[in-house]
Amino acid sequence: MAYPPLILASTAITMDMEAGIFFTLYGIDVLKKSKYAKLKVAPLANPAMPMPVPNIVGAIPGMTAMATTMMKSMIKKINWPTIPELIEICHEGGVKLWPCEPSMAMMGIKREDLVPEAEESIGAAAYLDYASAASITLSF
Amino acid sequence: MGDTIDVKPDSVLDVKGLCCPMPVVKAKKAIDSIEVGQVLEIIGTDAGSKGDMPAWAKRAGHEFLGFSEEDGGEVFHFFVRKGK
Repeated sequence: MAYPPLILASTAITMDMEAGIFFTLYGIDVLKKSKYAKLKVAPLANPAMPMPVPNIVGAIPGMTAMATTMMKSMIKKINWPTIPELIEICHEGGVKLWPCEPSMAMMGIKREDLVPEAEESIGAAAYLDYASAASITLSF
Repeated sequence: MGDTIDVKPDSVLDVKGLCCPMPVVKAKKAIDSIEVGQVLEIIGTDAGSKGDMPAWAKRAGHEFLGFSEEDGGEVFHFFVRKGK
């Protein structure tokens, strides 16, 4: 789910806090031009579904589309911004959006595949160096 | 519920229908456009803002003056004085 880190980061910057997000593995989809506007909700092996979906049900074709539609209507009901809008808000406010370098290499993702708001990719040591000064660290 | 706020706002922001984090995100933008010492009134419907607005104001260096409710607690008016 892409919303929680982006919501917390976009709020942090309004409170004069600095924020940075390190996107690893499939998390990089949130920064991918071809993906970020149409992220899906996978019901398979997802214990966070509003109604826990047994894996055998989640594996039925069409279930991801159904879960995505369900989530979209829930998001619409509370008037949340879209993921691209949230990325824009974060970037404007100075949130660092770092893609993880080895994750990009592993999945064959290039800088030009990412939205312009993304920073240059960094590795674990660079991220940890940044995070070591943090007062709050959250993982999603 | 809420307080009686006897202050005339210099600017009014309507965030009715929006929920966390948008009221705070928009309040930050709105307060950036007024002068230090001036008061921003934020009108919203998100009950979570009752906790969010004072927390945001404190952290961002502003003074939370209080809030009032209308429509049986469906609409909230928050008052924040720009501190810096």
